[in-house]
Amino acid sequence: MLHTFVAYVEDRPGVLTRVASLFRRLNINIHSLTVGHSERPGLSRLTLVCDSSAEAGDRIRASLYKLENVVDVDDIAGAANVTRELALIKVAANVASRSQIFELAEVFRARIVDLTAESVMLELTGVESKIEGLVEILRASNLTILELCRSGKMTMRRGHHTSSVLKALGAKADDASDPLTHGNQAGSGIPPDTESRLPAEPV
Amino acid sequence: MGTPANTPASNAHLTTSTRLTGAEIVWATLVGEGVTDVFGYPGGAILPTYDALRKFPIHHTLVRHEQGAAHMADGYARASGKVGVAIATSGPGATNLVTGIATAMLDSIPIVCITGNVSSKVLGTDAFQEVDITGITLPITKHNFLISRAEDIAPALREAFQIARSNRPGPVLVDITKDAQQGSAIFDFEAAKPRPYRPHPMLRVEDDSLAQAAELIRSAERPVILAGHGVIESQAMEQLRSLAERAEIPVALTLLGLGGFPASHPLNLGMMGMHGEAWVNHAIQEADLLIACGMRFDDRVTGVTSKYALKAKKIHIEVDPAEINKNIKVDVALVGDLRHVLEELLPRISGRDGSPWIKTIEDSKGDVAVRDIKNLPDSGHLWAAHVVHDLWRITGGNAVVVTDVGQHQMWEAQYFHHEHPRTLVTSGGLGTMGFALPAAIGAKTACPEKEVWVIAGDGGFQMTAAELSTIVQEKLNINIAVINNGYLGMVRQWQEFFYDRNYESTPLVSPDFVKLAEAHGIPGRAVRTRAEVEAAVQEARNAPGAFLINFLVEKEDSVYPMIPVGSALHEMIRRPGHNPLVESAEDE
Repeated sequence: MLHTFVAYVEDRPGVLTRVASLFRRLNINIHSLTVGHSERPGLSRLTLVCDSSAEAGDRIRASLYKLENVVDVDDIAGAANVTRELALIKVAANVASRSQIFELAEVFRARIVDLTAESVMLELTGVESKIEGLVEILRASNLTILELCRSGKMTMRRGHHTSSVLKALGAKADDASDPLTHGNQAGSGIPPDTESRLPAEPV
Repeated sequence: MGTPANTPASNAHLTTSTRLTGAEIVWATLVGEGVTDVFGYPGGAILPTYDALRKFPIHHTLVRHEQGAAHMADGYARASGKVGVAIATSGPGATNLVTGIATAMLDSIPIVCITGNVSSKVLGTDAFQEVDITGITLPITKHNFLISRAEDIAPALREAFQIARSNRPGPVLVDITKDAQQGSAIFDFEAAKPRPYRPHPMLRVEDDSLAQAAELIRSAERPVILAGHGVIESQAMEQLRSLAERAEIPVALTLLGLGGFPASHPLNLGMMGMHGEAWVNHAIQEADLLIACGMRFDDRVTGVTSKYALKAKKIHIEVDPAEINKNIKVDVALVGDLRHVLEELLPRISGRDGSPWIKTIEDSKGDVAVRDIKNLPDSGHLWAAHVVHDLWRITGGNAVVVTDVGQHQMWEAQYFHHEHPRTLVTSGGLGTMGFALPAAIGAKTACPEKEVWVIAGDGGFQMTAAELSTIVQEKLNINIAVINNGYLGMVRQWQEFFYDRNYESTPLVSPDFVKLAEAHGIPGRAVRTRAEVEAAVQEARNAPGAFLINFLVEKEDSVYPMIPVGSALHEMIRRPGHNPLVESAEDE
């Protein structure tokens, strides 16, 4: 089963290696991993998709928290979310096949970002199935895919910021959210950026 | 070695912030953290640090192999409860620590390993004696640091100590480049203090769960407490005892839990698992409730998990959330520090009559006495079990015993009865041969007033025998018992049971251990019969310094009971009632 985790990690050298090394040690395959700056200075946001048993979610989350540079881990599980992936696809094209590619691009709302005498490069953003759909159609149409570059999934919960992250990063005093539940709590919006990355009291 | 402690010169560094070299900052930080002893081996990349040592009140033990330094820091930590410290140079010095670090990781032992590295200007260029030790130790440390500026040394070291001893303890490595050691910075011990340690966000002890646990205990008819290393690390011995006594529940121990509950206590069932006694494992398989305290359901303890304790509900009290439901699914998880959890649980536990179940277990001991090797008539053969039993009896059980890995380790667990915590030092999780001799040096350094015995097999002893010189150089009074059967015993046993007695690469030619010890400067003697054991042990105890006894024991003896891998806890191989190797007139 595929699990999707969103983790806030300290933006320091070697953090990515630590996360990858953890999954090697747990003998769990990483399907995709993407990381970049988050809305908080000094914290990167990491989206990791891995393949393991249904019950392994808690253990993976607990193990990630044991890494010193990991500040928060959210198991997206079945929660309402927006998931996107970016793909760049270079397709072999000549004068004859070019317009067919343009039509397919239009159907999938992919953009044409490069055009040469021998190739067309498409840029597509969307859910995994949309990207895989375009790739499949291109191949089925006897077109040659010269290069395919996929970014891996990014995920964000719909609605409020995940409350466990709020708590970890120092929410407002009147926020009564339970740090151990994944659900969103009503009330407080995103708190102002704060120096401290840890709650003042043990949670 | 170094300035005496508490002189103005040695304390001045801590009270006023002052500019020091990186090398001096290393020692000043260690002094501030309460370190009095380190174990290490110098080399080019760590030389600046060694050069600064003489200004500081820390004792350095020079080892003969860096693996020894790591095991010494480990043994020091196990015996004392303090964080052990090992120091090595870059490249091969650092890689030689790896086995010792992994040993500490698997058994959750707090140690800090400091390694030198090449100058930061040449990092990543395959420089002389350069190795990516932080990369290599990623999966076997709780955390590690690569420091290339003098001003980062104190904060990193202080954080390393905090990480090593917090939550579930474990090893931390701090790799310091040569130019960081040679640079200088303002040293301010207080300012280098790390941010407060974040408890694991998934700790969770809810009222509901406590109530549920209490109810399960109240209504159980056949409960067993499973006590592990966590009892000792959390210092929860009193709380565990209160629970067992108030609710009249028998207690089974893991290897690393031995000593966490007194061996002589009537509720103590002894060690469980692959080489646990039959009655313990049967009790667990028949139980209707298991209360797991500070143990992780390791595969040596459970046998095949699909058949483990199927009749029992399980309560798991454990500080590491990643262990919950990892190997065995449990019904109630109390995720927190064991001592605190028991203190919250105890008020909800009322007195209970456990005598029917306790009697059932007692009755099940049945024919064990007949099969126990201790009770075999003296045939002139020397059995390892006799050696361990006599050692226990003669020392009154008041020694710190450090074992190596193998058959002797299991016999020690079965026949030496530990009343107190931190009296057994043994590599359980990684099962590292060669652990005993250096770990004993660490233990004796931590507890110089205690009687320390090494019990090692002929195989494991040879792996780190060079540390005999360390014992002599440090003038340590450590007694060494080599259980010498001419084989890699435990492997031979597996070959006997599962590989049709194909003793491939297990017969072992060894040096004359007495002569070997004497060559190092340690007296010794050989023992071949039961009758000689007592005198030899007393000679060792009375010797002014270290002493080695080479016990030439029965060659093909096996540890019983044994649960084969893949079998359930109750499917054990028992010692045959009639031992074919005994040739006395009393045999049928």
